Amino acid sequence: MVTVRKLPEEELFLPGSVACQGCPSSLGLRIAFKALGKNTVLIVVASCTSVLQGSYPYSAINLPLYNVAFATGGASASGVVAGIRALAKRGVFEEEPTVLVWAGDGGTYDIGIQSLSGAAERETDFIYVCLNNEMYSNTGTQRSGATPLGAWTTTTPGGKAQHRKDIAQIMIAHKIPYVATASLAYPVDFYQKMLKANSIRGTKYIELLAPCPPGWKFAADQMIEVSRKAVESGMWLLYEHEQGDTRLTGVTRRIIEGKVKKRPVKDYIEIQGRFSNILASREGQEAEEMLESEVSESIKRLQGWVPEYI
Amino acid sequence: MIEKDDDIGYINSISLPIKGCAGDTGEWRIFKPVKDAEKCNECLLCWIYCPEATISKEGVEIDYQYCKGCGICAVECPTGAITMVKEEKR
Ligand SMILES: Cc1ncc(C[n+]2csc(CCOP(=O)(O)OP(=O)(O)O)c2C)c(N)n1
Ligand code: SF4
Ligand code: SF4
Ligand code: SF4
Repeated sequence: MVTVRKLPEEELFLPGSVACQGCPSSLGLRIAFKALGKNTVLIVVASCTSVLQGSYPYSAINLPLYNVAFATGGASASGVVAGIRALAKRGVFEEEPTVLVWAGDGGTYDIGIQSLSGAAERETDFIYVCLNNEMYSNTGTQRSGATPLGAWTTTTPGGKAQHRKDIAQIMIAHKIPYVATASLAYPVDFYQKMLKANSIRGTKYIELLAPCPPGWKFAADQMIEVSRKAVESGMWLLYEHEQGDTRLTGVTRRIIEGKVKKRPVKDYIEIQGRFSNILASREGQEAEEMLESEVSESIKRLQGWVPEYI
Repeated sequence: MIEKDDDIGYINSISLPIKGCAGDTGEWRIFKPVKDAEKCNECLLCWIYCPEATISKEGVEIDYQYCKGCGICAVECPTGAITMVKEEKR
C-alpha cells in the first residue's frame, strides 16, 4: 500500500514562488511531479500557473516547460508528442518523456475544450490535468463553466444562476483510456491516479479540485479542510474510469456504500465567503436545495442512471 | 542545481530553476509555524500538505527563508505539534 511516507522526497516544484499563501496549484504541481518524476515535459496553459512558475530568467519549476496560449492545451500537446516521437526515432531518448498539460478550468471547460477534444480523438499520448479552481483566478476571479450555482465571482456578483458542466463525463464520452477526479485533501489518492495515468498509453484526463483561498474567500490555512469538505459533502466526487467502468474511490465510495454519512452541502458552502451572499438571501435556501439535488443526480449518473430527457 | 548568483551568461532565453524565484518569501509571513518536537510523531502530513515544499521530509524541519506562513501545516497536524506564532516586527 502506498502511504504518505512512501512518496518521493525530491521536489521539482521549488519553494519561494510567487504563488499566494496556501495555493492549490502549487500543491497540485508538487504532488503531480512526485508521481511523474524528472522525465516529464510540462505544457502550461495560460492561467495562474503561468505566473507562479516564475518570470525570466528564473523558474520555480525544475522541468522543461512550455508556456502556451489559452485555447491550445490539446493542440500544443499534440505537437510536442509528435516532436518527441520524431526524436525518439533518431534514438535521442533512453526513455520517452511524459507530456503533461496543466490547465485551469477556464482553459479546459471553456476556451480549451475544442483543442482538448481534438487531441483526445486523435488518441494523443499525454496526460491532461485540469486544475479546477472553479473560476478564472489569474485575471481576478471571473465566472467559468466550472463555477457552481450560487457562487459569487466578479461577473456573477449576485451568485451564478446556472449549474456547472460535468466535463469529466464529457471526456469519458471520448472513450479515452483513463479519466479520474482527485482532491488535494487525499494526496496519496491523487499521486496513485497520476502514476496509473503515466502507465497507460493514449489520452489521460485528470481533474483536481483546487480551492483557491483569495478567489473563494476563505483563510489560506483552510485550503485542505475546504478540499476535504467538498468530497465529504458530495460536491466533489472521487472516481476513476477505465475501459467503460467507473470505480468510485476513497470517501466518495464509502459514502455511496453507506459506510460514512454524506455531509450536507451547507457544511461545505458555509465556510466559503463566495457563497455568503446567497446564504444570507431568501433565494439562498433554494440554491442550497438545488446544489443538493445536483449532487444526488451526479451520484445517480455515476451509478449508470440516465435521465428521462435523454 | 544552479544558484541564483551563478553566472548564467548574457543572452540566454532559458529560465533557470531556482529556490526563491520570487525572493525570500518568508518575508510575507505574519504568523510563523513553530514545531514542538516533543509532540511530533513524524506522520509527515505537514510535509505532504505544505504547498510551498518548505517542510523537509527528513527531520520535519521548516525552511523559514521561504515558508509563507499559510498555516495549513498547523491546521492539519493531528497532534497539535505546530502553533502559529505572531512574527516580531522586522
Ligand atoms: C485568448 C486569451 N484570452 C484571455 C487571456 C487572459 N487570461 C490569461 S489567464 C486567464 C484566466 C485563466 O483562468 P483559468 O483557466 O480558470 O486558470 P486559473 O487562473 O484559474 O488557474 C485569462 C482570461 C489569454 N491569455 N488569452
Ligand atoms: S489566485 Fe488562487 S490559484 Fe492563483 S496563485 Fe493565488 S491561490 Fe493559487
Ligand atoms: S503533521 Fe504534526 S505530527 Fe505529523 S510530522 Fe508534521 S508536525 Fe509532526
Ligand atoms: S505555514 Fe504554510 S508554507 Fe509554512 S511550512 Fe506551514 S504549510 Fe508550509
